[in-house]
Amino acid sequence: MTPLIQYQDIYKAFGKKKIFEGLDLQIEKGETLTIIGGSGTGKSVLLKLLIGLLYPDSGAILFDGADVTQLPEEGLRAVRKRVSMVFQGSALFDSLTVGENIAYPLRENMRELSEDEIRARVANKLELVNLAGIEQMKPSDLSGGMRKRVGLARAIATDPEVILWDEPTTGLDPISTRVIDELIVSMKKTLGATSVVVTHDMDSAFRVSDRMAMLARRKIVECGTVSQMQNSKNPDVRAFFDARK
Amino acid sequence: MAGEHPPDPETTQVHAAQPEFGDMVQQELESLLPFTARVRQFFEQLGGMVVMSMRALRRALHRPWGLGDLAYQMVALGQRSLSIATLVAIFAGLVISLQFAYFLARFGVQHTVGKVVVLTLFRELGPVLTALTVGARIGSGITAELGSMKVTEQIDAIAALGADPIKKLVAPRLIACTVVLPVLTALADVFGLVAGSLVVYSEYDIPLEQFYRSVVETATLADFTSGIAKSAIFGFVIAAVGCFKGFNVSGGTEGVGRATTETVAIASVAICLSDFFLTKLFLSL
Repeated sequence: MTPLIQYQDIYKAFGKKKIFEGLDLQIEKGETLTIIGGSGTGKSVLLKLLIGLLYPDSGAILFDGADVTQLPEEGLRAVRKRVSMVFQGSALFDSLTVGENIAYPLRENMRELSEDEIRARVANKLELVNLAGIEQMKPSDLSGGMRKRVGLARAIATDPEVILWDEPTTGLDPISTRVIDELIVSMKKTLGATSVVVTHDMDSAFRVSDRMAMLARRKIVECGTVSQMQNSKNPDVRAFFDARK
Repeated sequence: MAGEHPPDPETTQVHAAQPEFGDMVQQELESLLPFTARVRQFFEQLGGMVVMSMRALRRALHRPWGLGDLAYQMVALGQRSLSIATLVAIFAGLVISLQFAYFLARFGVQHTVGKVVVLTLFRELGPVLTALTVGARIGSGITAELGSMKVTEQIDAIAALGADPIKKLVAPRLIACTVVLPVLTALADVFGLVAGSLVVYSEYDIPLEQFYRSVVETATLADFTSGIAKSAIFGFVIAAVGCFKGFNVSGGTEGVGRATTETVAIASVAICLSDFFLTKLFLSL
C-alpha cells in the first residue's frame, strides 16, 4: 500500500544552518508515528513542511500522492483542511474567546454547519480535553496547560484525517499528559486518524506510538516499532534512550 | 539529486562545515560594498511589500468578503486615531494662521489670510500631518499586532486551520487604512480651518465671515480632492509597510520592537518621498 505521507530526499537550511540533508520518511495511513530527537534538530520543521508553512530547499513531500511543495495556494488549503496541527505554544488567537478559537476551523472549513451545531461541537471537544464550560474565557485567562489543551481541542474540532502534534504534552501535569495520550489513541480508534507526534516525553511516546522515528544528523537515522526502537543498536537512538536513565 | 549530495554522514558533515563558493563570493562582495547590500535589501523589501499588497487586494475581491473584519478595522483605526488627528490639525491651523496673518499684516493684506491657510491645509498640511502623526500610530500598531501574532505562531495557525492569513489579516487593514485616512484628513482640514479662523479673529480682528468667504472663493474642488487622494495613497503605504514588517518579524519579542520602530521610520520617509512626487503629479493635472 502506498504510504499516505512521503518525505523524499528533503534538503532544508535556514541561512547557513543546515537542518535536513537527504531526509526520507514514510507514514502509513492510520498509524501513529512519533518523531523523537534532540532539541533544534528540526522536528517541528518537519511537521510545518507537510502543510506548506515552510518549504524545503529541494525534495518532494507527497500527501495522498500530491506533492505539497508544488501545490498552488488553493491546493495547499485543501491539504490543510485534511491535516490539522497542534502547535507547540498553542497559538491560540488572543482576540477570540476559547469557544471562538475552537469554532474557527469549523467556520472556515465546514460552512454547512449551523451555529447550534458549531456550539455543540465546541462543547464536545472541550469536554474531550477535560475543560468543559470554559467557552467564554479568553486565552489570556488560561494557564499554560489549559491553553495547550484548548489548542488540542481546536486542532481536532473538524475531526481531521491527519493530526500533527507538536510536543502536545510538554509542560502538562501527569494527569493532563495521560488525558492527551488517551486522546491521541482515541483519535486513531474512533476516526482512524493518522497522527504524527513530535515529543521529548518518551513515556508518552511509548504509550501512543505504532512506530517511532529518530531524527539526528539532519536525517531520519532509525525508524521502527516501539520494541524495535527500544532494542535498536543505532548509536543515536541508544544515546537518546540511555540519557533518560 | 541524491547524487549531488553524498548521503554518507561523514561526507555531509565536512560538506556542512565548508561554506558554499557562492556564499563566500556574496559575503566578500557585501563586506566590500555594504552600500550595495543595503540597496539590494531595500529593493527586496520594497518588492515584498508590493507583492504582499497586490496579493491582498486580489484576494479581497474573492468570496468570502470578510466585511466584518473590514468594518472592525475601520472602526478600530478611525476611533484610535480621531483624537490625535484632530488635535494636531487644530494646532496646525492655529500656528499657520498666526504665522501667515503676521507676515501678511506687514503688507497690509492680512484679510487674505483665509486664502493661504485653506490652500496650505487642503493641499499639504492636512494630508501630510495627518499621515505622519496617525501613520506612525497606525503603522506601528499594525506591525506590533501582526508581529506578536507571528512570533506566537498565530499566523501559522490561521494558515494551518485552512484560512488565508493574507486575506484575513492584510486585506482588511490595507483597505481600512486607505479609506480611514482620507476621512481623518477631511476632518483635519475642517478642524484646522475652524481653529485658524478663530485665532485670526481674536488676534487680528479678521471677521469670521470674511475669512470663510476668502476660503470659498479660493479653494477649488481639485485643491480638496488632491489632498484627499494623497491621504488615500499615504494610508495604503502605511498599512503596506506595517503589514509587511509585521509578517516578517523574526527574533521574538525583541524583533517585534525592532520591526515596530522600523515601520515608523520607513512609513514616515515613504510619506515624505511620495508627497513630493504626488504633489508634482497633482499640480500637473
